[in-house]
Amino acid sequence: MSRAKKSKGKRQSCGSGRSRPPYCNFAFCLTICCFLFLSCRQDMQNQPRYEPLEQSSFFNDGRSSRQLVAGTVPRGALRENIFQPAAKIGAGRGQIGQAATGQPANSQPGNNQAGNVSAPGAMPAGLNDFPMPVTAETLARGQEQYNISCTPCHGLLGYGDGMVVQRGFPRPPSYHTEQLRSSPNSHYYDVITNGFGRMWNYADQVEPDMRWAVIAYIRALQISQNARLDDVPQDQLKNLRTGGQTR
Amino acid sequence: MPQIFHHSTNTIARVSIFGAVFILAAIIWAAYEINGSSYVTQAFVPREQPVQFSHKHHVGDDGIDCRYCHTSVEKSSFAGIPPTKTCMNCHSQLFASSDYLAIVRDSWREDKPIVWKRVHDLPDYVYFNHSIHVKKGVGCSTCHGRVDLMPLVYQVASLQMDWCLTCHRNPEKFVRPRDQIYNMEWEPPPDQNTQGRKLVEQYSISNSIVLTRCSICHR
Ligand code: HEC
Ligand code: HEC
Ligand code: HEC
Ligand code: HEC
Ligand code: HEC
Ligand code: HEC
Repeated sequence: MSRAKKSKGKRQSCGSGRSRPPYCNFAFCLTICCFLFLSCRQDMQNQPRYEPLEQSSFFNDGRSSRQLVAGTVPRGALRENIFQPAAKIGAGRGQIGQAATGQPANSQPGNNQAGNVSAPGAMPAGLNDFPMPVTAETLARGQEQYNISCTPCHGLLGYGDGMVVQRGFPRPPSYHTEQLRSSPNSHYYDVITNGFGRMWNYADQVEPDMRWAVIAYIRALQISQNARLDDVPQDQLKNLRTGGQTR
Repeated sequence: MPQIFHHSTNTIARVSIFGAVFILAAIIWAAYEINGSSYVTQAFVPREQPVQFSHKHHVGDDGIDCRYCHTSVEKSSFAGIPPTKTCMNCHSQLFASSDYLAIVRDSWREDKPIVWKRVHDLPDYVYFNHSIHVKKGVGCSTCHGRVDLMPLVYQVASLQMDWCLTCHRNPEKFVRPRDQIYNMEWEPPPDQNTQGRKLVEQYSISNSIVLTRCSICHR
């Protein structure tokens, strides 16, 4: 209360009138000195808010970002996302994946080895299609994500000879075996989302739409590694013979 | 009245006035140097970490992409520090009983985060965003140096305002093609000035007047 009064009084005496009383200069100097003092505090450097992953002394576990309460669903997670087979997130909504892909399955149901495939019928099994059109751009994005997340183990071409395998990680199977070539896309999606044997899941490192892009790229790898000469378009044949060094 | 000071004091007085200019200049220079030195900015000072995680091994020797661990660097302001699960992807099998990794395994078993020591830390009144820099062709090594050669991460830049501004005034000296962002070995080519100008145009990077507005970084 007394503070407010004082500052009011000051403003009146300094602001009005043309010639300032001398103590205004003194007040000015004092203000500057106050600023000098203030500059020694770190309140602006460390503001009372959390930066991402900052440690917290308020919560017992020391985390500032709270974990989801068991059984809750984040807002938006149930949104009908064509990239996320709905069967994975809620029972009885398996139609969406199928509706989005349209065409019937054209391969045998997935291999039966998949010990940790989620409940039978949860994935649209046998689907060999994509929930989005596969364009050159999809493949480029898939290649990028594949090179980030999968090459360390599966290798650039998918033979299972990545750098980490060379350092002693168990060798994953080659993508070019008959079995994996005939596995449906849904199997790949499931492996990325839920893991497979000694391979842990990549659900939080690869977003749903990128998972499909990665699968598209793996399919491209599989085609490329089993391509024959007559698969090459006519106008590219010349390049092939010269080893691609026409430039 | 006898003279108190000897005649020579005149000279001393003059010299010391003259000298004061230099002394003052020296003090200012020293203050400037100290302010920019690694004692103040902590640049080039490696931090001890709870786990002896080495970028040199993982990035340099094994060729793992930055985004395997720093997943959000293209999408958000925060580059992201990997959760323990990411380490366990590999280390559940690899060196699964190594003492070096005891803390990682404990962290996984007990669901307790590993407490990494922060290396880069801007004051909270500065707004920084990774995604825009990555999108507009500023590579990791421009700001973080050769991380792939660092057993322990250290800052290579002062992170002071004038460091940000040297680039925001002349981005064309630093930008690179987008496909080179994660290439740790990228060096500016001899014709960086022309190349850079082309990229600035291509990525429609704002001009330096916009990029040096206070409100860009202090919001
Ligand atoms: C840390 C190493 C590692 C990484 C990274 C990795 N995998 Fe694997 N993957 C393995 C191993 C090991 C196996 C074999 C698992 C087993 O049989 O126990 C495997 C198996 C597979 C299989 C075959 C499953 C089957 O039916 O036999 C597929 C498909 C697969 N991974 C896809 C991927 C994709 C896609 C990525 C990238 C998002 C990826 N993996 C990243 C290690 C890895
Ligand atoms: C295998 C996972 C992994 C990979 C790959 C990786 N990092 Fe890191 N990075 C970490 C971890 C864990 C930390 C925190 C511990 C530390 O500071 O050493 C970290 C810390 C950092 C920091 C310091 C963060 C701080 O505290 O300020 C920088 C900068 C960084 N990484 C850059 C990179 C760059 C650039 C690449 C790619 C060339 C890369 N990292 C690849 C795991 C990884
Ligand atoms: C993609 C696989 C992969 C991931 C993910 C990974 N590492 Fe490694 N790690 C390796 C490999 C391979 C080596 C061996 C490096 C070498 O000798 O070249 C290694 C070595 C190490 C070592 C040294 C162990 C020893 O005995 O020399 C430590 C410590 C370590 N990693 C910690 C971590 C931490 C912490 C994380 C999580 C941020 C992590 N790693 C994530 C593959 C990985
Ligand atoms: C324009 C300069 C710049 C570029 C380019 C840059 N960083 Fe950073 N990085 C910073 C600054 C500044 C910080 C400190 C941010 C803070 O304190 O809020 C930082 C912090 C980090 C951190 C710690 C976590 C965080 O976000 O605070 C990691 C990890 C990191 N950078 C990785 C990377 C990787 C990987 C790349 C390449 C894709 C990269 N950075 C590119 C300037 C840069
Ligand atoms: C090596 C060059 C470089 C350095 C160093 C750098 N920046 Fe940038 N920064 C850029 C470029 C290029 C852009 C993109 C400008 C655009 O989009 O027009 C940018 C954009 C930004 C933006 C977004 C601008 C907007 O339009 O909203 C922010 C915020 C920013 N920088 C903050 C910082 C801070 C803080 C630092 C220092 C810690 C820093 N930058 C260091 C090159 C750099
Ligand atoms: C490119 C980003 C950027 C822009 C633009 C920018 N600043 Fe800063 N500013 C910073 C950073 C980073 C720091 C933190 C310096 C440090 O940690 O020492 C800072 C610190 C400061 C400080 C604290 C004093 C200091 O240096 O430690 C003041 C005051 C300041 N800025 C004023 C301004 C003003 C006024 C403008 C506009 C003319 C401006 N800034 C524009 C990035 C920026």
